[in-house]
Amino acid sequence: MIKEIVDTRTSPRKWFGIKPKFLIGSVIIVGALLFLVVAGTLSSAQYYLSVEELYAKLPQLNGRQVRVTGAVVRDSIVYDSSQLHLTFSLADDQAAKSRTLKVEYFGPKPDLMLDEATAIVEGELGQDGVFSADNLLLKCPTKYEEEELIGSQGSSSIDIP
Amino acid sequence: MLVEVGLVALGLAALATLYAMGAAVASTRARDGGQLLESARNAAVLTFPLLTVASLIVIYLLVVGDFSVHYVWETSSHSMSPFLRVTALWGGQAGSLLFWCWVMSGFIAAALFRGWERDRELILWVIVVTTGTLLFFEVLVLFQSNPFVRFWENPVTGEVVQRLFAPSGAVLFTAFEGRGLNPLLRHFGMIGHPPTTYLGFTGFVIPYAFAMAALITRRGADDTWIKLTRRWTLVAWAFLGVGLFLGGRWAYDVLGWGGYWGWDPVENAMLMPWLTATAFLHSIMIQEKRGMLRVWNMILIILTYSLVIFGVFITRSGVVGSVHAFSTSAIGPLFFIFLATTLTGSIYLLWRAWPTLTSENEIESFLSRESAFLLQNALFLAVTFATLWGTIFPMISELVTGDKITVGPPYFDKVDGPILAALVLLMGIAPALAWRSDTVQRLARVLLLPFSGACVIVVTLFVLGISQPAALIGFWIVTFAGLCTLIEFWRGMRGRQKRHQENAVLALWNLVRRNRRRYGGYVIHLGIVILAAGIIGSKGFQQNAQANLANGETMRIGAYELRYEGLSRRAGSDGRDITSANMGLYRDGARVTTLSPRREYFENYEQTSTVAGVFNGPIEDVYVLLVGWEGSNATFKVYVNPLINWVWLGGVVMTLGTLFVAWPGASTQRRWTLKPAAGPRKAEG
Repeated sequence: MIKEIVDTRTSPRKWFGIKPKFLIGSVIIVGALLFLVVAGTLSSAQYYLSVEELYAKLPQLNGRQVRVTGAVVRDSIVYDSSQLHLTFSLADDQAAKSRTLKVEYFGPKPDLMLDEATAIVEGELGQDGVFSADNLLLKCPTKYEEEELIGSQGSSSIDIP
Repeated sequence: MLVEVGLVALGLAALATLYAMGAAVASTRARDGGQLLESARNAAVLTFPLLTVASLIVIYLLVVGDFSVHYVWETSSHSMSPFLRVTALWGGQAGSLLFWCWVMSGFIAAALFRGWERDRELILWVIVVTTGTLLFFEVLVLFQSNPFVRFWENPVTGEVVQRLFAPSGAVLFTAFEGRGLNPLLRHFGMIGHPPTTYLGFTGFVIPYAFAMAALITRRGADDTWIKLTRRWTLVAWAFLGVGLFLGGRWAYDVLGWGGYWGWDPVENAMLMPWLTATAFLHSIMIQEKRGMLRVWNMILIILTYSLVIFGVFITRSGVVGSVHAFSTSAIGPLFFIFLATTLTGSIYLLWRAWPTLTSENEIESFLSRESAFLLQNALFLAVTFATLWGTIFPMISELVTGDKITVGPPYFDKVDGPILAALVLLMGIAPALAWRSDTVQRLARVLLLPFSGACVIVVTLFVLGISQPAALIGFWIVTFAGLCTLIEFWRGMRGRQKRHQENAVLALWNLVRRNRRRYGGYVIHLGIVILAAGIIGSKGFQQNAQANLANGETMRIGAYELRYEGLSRRAGSDGRDITSANMGLYRDGARVTTLSPRREYFENYEQTSTVAGVFNGPIEDVYVLLVGWEGSNATFKVYVNPLINWVWLGGVVMTLGTLFVAWPGASTQRRWTLKPAAGPRKAEG
């Protein structure tokens, strides 16, 4: 066993059984990877903020794209389906009456766009204080459990007019 | 009563697991270790029937709708079809975790049955590692997220609580109707995606346990563990792949954004172990054939298994903002501890056994099959690292700068895209390389045809009007790799025809049948080629349009015309209220089909589900969403998704190829009893 350790450690031509030529190859691959990762990170980095953080950071943003997350304020969803024009407000915390952010989005209204759903928007805050979102994501229903209990023991029948 | 039986079965399973682990460890010190070990193995196998009882009881409760059980109330309802009620087993956290234990105990029992007589020294530690893992999950099910928790009502106050056992004075409370499975989960993709994913994730415990056993017994240099687990790895890898495809298909059909992959942390968490496992499957071939890369293989299996646990941790802990909101509970931190233990333990074992993992051979030439495999390994690790970096970047940036910064899909397109493209290119070249050493001249001769074929295709595409450079490069690589792979089949077939005087079809069949591992692998490669073409097409050339139409009006998109022909409304089977639009799809003035995009409203969830009307063409999909309606007008969003069916087709081809490789059979087994180091000189296997 010990002999083998000596073998691998003293031979200059082997490292995991790899020759220097292959080491150079590895360096090139690692270099290329680092370049890709660093360049990719720099060019696509976006702040991921809560509504309050967005307002706090506002002076530094200068119209840069940001990602904002918050809860959809109750009764704030307005949708004009003929224009695919959706507006709603986001807030960090409904109960605490925290500041809200008005969001505007053009596109189909996602099925999960519901009061108090958690939304993630990507876009920028306009001069008029309205956030125009290019991307709108809602938390998926892989959400399994809910806190509330026996809220609805509702029947399974549905009234079809 | 049934609930109690289930609970007892679950508890006994945990005790049997604990006993198996303890007895296996004790057998190393006992005088008559053999008997103790046998008893440990029996206990480990016993967990499977016990967990089967517990799981079947939960399934039974779900199907009959026993709403005194909290989990049943949460995920099942009378209005759901019996089939959906069965799938509710993995529709919530408690059931998922039980299902996970059940599947894992199945893998453990099967592995202990098959591998038992071959190598008891390894099996001892396999029992310790697998039961240790299983025990962790069983403890979670028992104490953190138990599917047998019931509702109890205090008859005086009317207060209802959830407890495993009755509080004093309380009576069992049964809800009138369950809440039922979330509407968006009622889709075949979501029915198949969780179980296949779990089979994939848990399946890796077998190769991991054998690897750890090899390290503990300092027998990493002897390749028994790889031979014993190769097929297990393949099965786990295949299930993980199928899980990825079904998840993508679900997103495409249900989420209504016309896409199937969004580089979300939860998706990445599933992709990463698939990537490292793919590297592992390739790199163990080198170990079997040439006795090399032993340390690499250990690292790869440790990484794969750790990434599996990391994936569960990410989905359950909420540390990384994801659009997939799994319930976050105390389980998150527990998984982190489990992950940290696994990783440090494995690294310690690897470090301890490092000197024993020497290579029998070294790479002789830069231009050889071995170095192609090495490069492939490096690229797979690179793309895994890039994905991991992008996934946890918000966490890192918050730790370092205090601000949460995300990178999002553009990062992954820019970083993962080129590396994956390089991998596809390598996938084409590598099989053409000879083992040990090759010459540039020979390689150039072999690759000339695919090279020029790919050039012809790209020039044709350019003439047809495709001018995006990235897409042209992509299509070149895909065609090149595809032709290279087809030529491998061609060369093998010609060789056989000459040697055995067989006709082309027979020669091809015999060739593939007798070298299932090799040619099954090439079938998987063809699947990758088809998948890659699908990704380039659907990512690069998606078109979309939207319009508000009155009855009888039409809209245009690409070569298609869509005519709105009215709305209809009906009640669905499981309490959904369905509004669907009739859309006539025309191409060149001729009616192709009628599409029915629809909105389904689930009253007890107060939730809608938008189901796209999709025309599946061989070249492109027309994907129509009913956005809304008012009076006789309705609004539609339409996507044309080129080559998207190739994505699914690629998945099917890959799965078939894997089945072909993994199917038990004499020919494959005979081949691999050859001494690995005596690999043939010419390109083979």
